[in-house]
Amino acid sequence: MEILYKILIDPFLQMGSAPDLLVQTLWEGLVSGVLYSLIALGFVLIFKASGVFNFAQGIMVVFAALTLVGLYELGIPAFVALGMTIVVMYGLAFLVERLMLRPLVNQPDIILFMATFGLTYFLIGFGELVFGGNPKKMIASELYLPSGAYDIKMFGGFVSLQKIDIAAAVIVSLMVIVLAVFFQKTRIGRALRAVADSHKAALSVGISLEQIWVVVWFAAGIVALVTGIMWGARSEVSFSLQIIALKALPVLILGGFTSIPGAIIGGLIIGIGEKIGEFYWGPLLGSGIESWLAYVIALIFLLFRPQGLFGEKIIERI
Amino acid sequence: MFYREAGQFKTTYQADQAVFPILQDRIGLALILLVAFVGIPLTASDFFISVVMIPLLILALASIGLNILTGYTGLLSLGTGGFMGVGAFACYKLTTLYPGVNVIIWIFVSGFFATALGILFGLPSLRIKGFYLTVATLASQFFLDWSFIRIQWLTNYNTSGAIEVPTRTLFSYPVTGPNATPQLRYLVILAIVTLLTWFASNLVHGRIGRMWMAVRDMDLAAELIGIPLYRTKLLAFAISSYYCGVAGALMVFFWYGSAEPGVFNIDQSFTILFMVIIGGLGSLTGSFFGAALIYGLPIVMKIVLHALGINILPATVEHLTFMSVGALIVLVLIIEPLGLARLWQITKQKLRVWPFPY
Amino acid sequence: MSSAEVASGDVLLAVENVSLAFGGVKAVSDVSFDIRKGEIRAIIGPNGAGKTSMLNIINGFYHPQQGRITFKGETRSKMRPHDAAKGGIARTFQNVALFRGMTSLDNIVAGRTLRMNKNLFWQLLRFGPAMKEEVEHRHRVEEIIDFLKIQEIRRTPVGRLPYGLQKRVELGRALAMEPELLLLDEPMAGMNLEEKEDMSRFVLDVNDHYGTTIVLIEHDMGVVMDLSDRVVVLDHGVKIADGTPDEVKGNQSVIDAYLGVAH
Repeated sequence: MEILYKILIDPFLQMGSAPDLLVQTLWEGLVSGVLYSLIALGFVLIFKASGVFNFAQGIMVVFAALTLVGLYELGIPAFVALGMTIVVMYGLAFLVERLMLRPLVNQPDIILFMATFGLTYFLIGFGELVFGGNPKKMIASELYLPSGAYDIKMFGGFVSLQKIDIAAAVIVSLMVIVLAVFFQKTRIGRALRAVADSHKAALSVGISLEQIWVVVWFAAGIVALVTGIMWGARSEVSFSLQIIALKALPVLILGGFTSIPGAIIGGLIIGIGEKIGEFYWGPLLGSGIESWLAYVIALIFLLFRPQGLFGEKIIERI
Repeated sequence: MFYREAGQFKTTYQADQAVFPILQDRIGLALILLVAFVGIPLTASDFFISVVMIPLLILALASIGLNILTGYTGLLSLGTGGFMGVGAFACYKLTTLYPGVNVIIWIFVSGFFATALGILFGLPSLRIKGFYLTVATLASQFFLDWSFIRIQWLTNYNTSGAIEVPTRTLFSYPVTGPNATPQLRYLVILAIVTLLTWFASNLVHGRIGRMWMAVRDMDLAAELIGIPLYRTKLLAFAISSYYCGVAGALMVFFWYGSAEPGVFNIDQSFTILFMVIIGGLGSLTGSFFGAALIYGLPIVMKIVLHALGINILPATVEHLTFMSVGALIVLVLIIEPLGLARLWQITKQKLRVWPFPY
Repeated sequence: MSSAEVASGDVLLAVENVSLAFGGVKAVSDVSFDIRKGEIRAIIGPNGAGKTSMLNIINGFYHPQQGRITFKGETRSKMRPHDAAKGGIARTFQNVALFRGMTSLDNIVAGRTLRMNKNLFWQLLRFGPAMKEEVEHRHRVEEIIDFLKIQEIRRTPVGRLPYGLQKRVELGRALAMEPELLLLDEPMAGMNLEEKEDMSRFVLDVNDHYGTTIVLIEHDMGVVMDLSDRVVVLDHGVKIADGTPDEVKGNQSVIDAYLGVAH
């Protein structure tokens, strides 16, 4: 009886008794949700256009951030370093397409999925070798990203909104708009959608699969870079980010693997769900449930809707 | 010339269906077993046994477990580390609660705890397939990871959160703990791994193996033949987790001698998965090849680099290992998706007709 | 010969007023026909007529929104694949649904799965009852291999076989189930004349030798006319004719359907 009370009633009472804390928690959830969405966005880009489930998206985030900071530490001015990192991400996309995607072009999806495991480990080793395993500080101020916070008086207490988080939300919205426009209006965007639908059909109308793949992995690389910058600015740049990035997978389950709005909404749901769960129910179970809560939420979702919130129902035709 | 089958006729279906129909293969296997059970304990150094043979056998056992789930049944799982951990902690609790019972019995029993959790986390496979199921296995991995740290009862409330393996004996010789000799530990592990490998081989060559492979290759057609999809998948989860659980228990009790909870993390899951991929999905011998390659790579690297006079930090070796393994995975998938086992098969084919080309 | 004379056996399976729709698309509309024991029944019709959907309904992959299926006296509103298999319905596919990771032999032996029941314990040991069971079933499988003349490719992984042989192995797997009702989805597709003659021979032999009732979807009219006892014609999901090959051949709506006359 007391357990039921603790699980079903008490947390909500707590929420009500300190609404400023609730809003703060919601905000924190929103913010991490936004970052998950960014990572999920990178996944969706690649999956939409090449059918490849890029497990390495997380490490690409870390790698991009490390490259940026690493170049800056060599003495290169911030924005030049940024430009060079963009070139590096292009190089990465090019190499991945040439060395991994092209040789595996006709293999079943699961093989490509496993290949991205290999890519992940390779980048982890390479990143640690070149940049060292110690956490680094993101060059946020050099990139003119805001710092500090707005403290808003609310509900008798106050809620602290970090300016960098607001910036992150704005940037994500901009990215989504840019991507949406890109997909719908431009020639390359249309080609990407064609390739996502059917490789063979796209080939038959003369679309070069290889070029598209480079473009799309490059775009995902840019998204990874932005994610790395924003995330690094909030905390720090370290390899543990790579594991946290795996949380994008539950986001994708909720939002579907091919939907950009799905990635955003899924990210917000997971982010908020996680934070609220950790803050209000966490003390019951012990801290750290954030490490698995997202996955369990996704799992429960899958049991009721195997195709996710926005995914398409797969009808197998025989 | 030596590997010919000429003259070896099968006159019964039973003979035809033998796992090793070629006489030379059977001789080879007998030799390997002889070397393993007799040769190595008598002649190999403590170092070789402790650092090479013991880890190899245990990792191969875990690989066999994962291979059953992923290689034979086609269910890609990233939860291997978690299930290994369940076996390890189950064994620890059992032997500390009931120290009178022989630890080897507890090793076998602890696998069933892993099985129980394996079935629990396999239940979603009724409705979830493919990538989604893989993500679900991540749920099990992260949840179990967290439980190992959070549930302090598992480590008997040890303040450091780790477990120290107590000394246990077999016929009054210590087999676990600091006084156990490598040879004795090795023989226990060898016996257990050989027995379980034999079981696995029997399963995959018979009706159950065919059912698993049918589910992997085309589950719609499998259903039509009357194969119950759900039960077949759950059986794969159950048996696979059992093997991983036993491997985990062996790992802590007979190899490490202790365990920090972090040892069964997602890295462990990936390590075993890479062994399975490189060794060969759907091949038991491949599991051994893969374990040898992945585990041996950093060791060989260190030896070679030292021999070349290059002094290198252990951290660097780790980084290089990550890079090499990652690259190797991609390479294997490109060149021969069925891994070393298939390469071995092809080699044997060539040997059969050697010196002719085909 | 009238249809009453040709098929005098009992009704093995009957579909009544079956309708199936995917989203807004009606695959099958209010179709009824029966299949008598021991006959060879063809389902024909232009592309998209709903023939494969019909087969899928019979063996339980698709569940019709309306209608009933009566099989061996039992009436259901929908069939489950497992029940179909247990009841003795076997099937081949247009696109050859073989288990590519296995050899021909293993594929056919897989067809015996329902009849193998030595449990996990014996499977772990292999020696003893499990082995005896394997050998027992191997006899049966070898009979089928002899029948289909695929001895040489026993141990070949099916992914490496040419299309015609794959179809034969698939037929072997279906036969291994010792089915009472065999559903063949375009068994002659993609075959040359010789292969078609071989396959036709096999189909007739199965029907003669084992008494298996056969339903086949086929586009080659010559094959249909030669092999079948009775024919059902579907067009746009609707049944437009049902009778002996001669009766159906002369039917004007059938001719119209194939010639694409607007209606």
